[in-house]
Amino acid sequence: MTDHTVKSYDDDLSQLKTMLAQMGGLVEQQLDDAIDALTRRDTALADRVIQIDERVDVLEHQIEEKAILTIARRQPVARDLREIMVAIRVSSDLERIGDLAKNTAKRTHALSDQLPRKLMAGVTRMGRLAQVELKNILDAYSHSDAGMAMEVWRSDEELDALYNSIFRELLTYMMEDPRNISLCTHLLFGAKNMERIGDHATNIAENIHYLVHGKPLGEGRPKKDVTAAMRIDLEGSEDR
Amino acid sequence: MNAPVPHQTLVTPEKPKALASGQFKVTARGVDVYYGDKQAIKSLSIDIPDRSVSAFIGPSGCGKSTFLRCINRMNDTIPTCRVTGLIDVDKHDIYDPKIDVVQLRAKVGMVFQKPNPFPKSIYENVAYGPRIHGLAAGKTELDTIVEQSLRKAGLWEEAKDRLAQPGTGLSGGQQQRLCIARAIAVNPEVILMDEPCSALDPIATARIEELIDELRQNYCIVIVTHSMQQAARVSQLTAFFHLGTLVEYGDTDEMFTAPQEKRTQDYITGRFG
Repeated sequence: MTDHTVKSYDDDLSQLKTMLAQMGGLVEQQLDDAIDALTRRDTALADRVIQIDERVDVLEHQIEEKAILTIARRQPVARDLREIMVAIRVSSDLERIGDLAKNTAKRTHALSDQLPRKLMAGVTRMGRLAQVELKNILDAYSHSDAGMAMEVWRSDEELDALYNSIFRELLTYMMEDPRNISLCTHLLFGAKNMERIGDHATNIAENIHYLVHGKPLGEGRPKKDVTAAMRIDLEGSEDR
Repeated sequence: MNAPVPHQTLVTPEKPKALASGQFKVTARGVDVYYGDKQAIKSLSIDIPDRSVSAFIGPSGCGKSTFLRCINRMNDTIPTCRVTGLIDVDKHDIYDPKIDVVQLRAKVGMVFQKPNPFPKSIYENVAYGPRIHGLAAGKTELDTIVEQSLRKAGLWEEAKDRLAQPGTGLSGGQQQRLCIARAIAVNPEVILMDEPCSALDPIATARIEELIDELRQNYCIVIVTHSMQQAARVSQLTAFFHLGTLVEYGDTDEMFTAPQEKRTQDYITGRFG
């Protein structure tokens, strides 16, 4: 897009974009570390995730302040206005993703070393999927690429499907042996966190669509997370 | 890149909300305006609905004021100016040779950039029009018209005790409201405003904008403004002019959040190079 006649207006907008890129980088690192920490039961790494979260929160406030100041000073319209509104919304989604990564990392402390490897595998896989989604959506945002954003938006189905099967799997373990309940509950929350991260990535995708096209995305995303209505009784037969 | 866009893609009656509702008060088809050899407006077509505010925006020299002045044939006063094409007000061709231009200008009133009250009393400023058009049967009736016009223009409370004093003694904002009262006094149906607030401070501007919003209930208002924020605040429809063409015309809400044309976007976001 061509530059503004007033150069400092361009500076304001590009600073906002830079801050968001920074925030995105931090959150990506949080998520990577949280998954590693959980997989390797690395509590020191987990603590680092928790520390990074403070910087993420500070950035979110700075982005908000910068956005408000820019609105007050420039009275942005059209694409500029959408750019700023979307920056505010994306920063709040990123902040939530950071929180979810932090929450996942915290659970490292609660997981014992005897955790069966195969129990862990599903959650790790979800984590990797969430990582890819986050990376792609950040790329789509930095390039204002609505097509790429829509691909991420559609790909979230996969994460939902995986969550459904992990939910079922973990419930089965809990039924097999009540001593698994504490561990499995932590893993279940971890999996839920990854599923939520995917949802925030789709929020960002919808915002990129709005940024580029000026209209909200009409169609609703197919929600494939069915665990809210899932029941598994003690005999092991499923009923939805 | 600056190729004129055919008006059919711009004025789609089913799209803009404000166009879909009201009756069209002013319609133009294929209007060309020349000042001598120079073409100021190129093949302009537009439908302006009644009881709404349409704002014309665009850089200096884009033709917005020229077109505004065509709507009450104010350009007739410029000897080199030539207007072709069709402009209808209430489905009557206003360039029909049989039309009475004085009547037309009573029906299509105008407010200018600089407040220009007559060098007469406040009362006379408002009473002059109705008197020459024979709208009042006697003194009492004329008094009523003056009071009502000043009330509609939001000036009555400030002016009622000084009606005999010169209009030029009022403040700039009051003078502009006096000019609006003067335009209203002859029962117009369309009010054209050419940058009515550019000489006023923010408070006087806000009062005029408030007034425009009230007048919208009864009149078709067309306003030319250099303030994009003003266009966004007061109008229901916005038309963007550039290099003598109408680039885009649509709902103000949409024009300022998601305009269709890149040139509109560049202009309203301050990117015109």
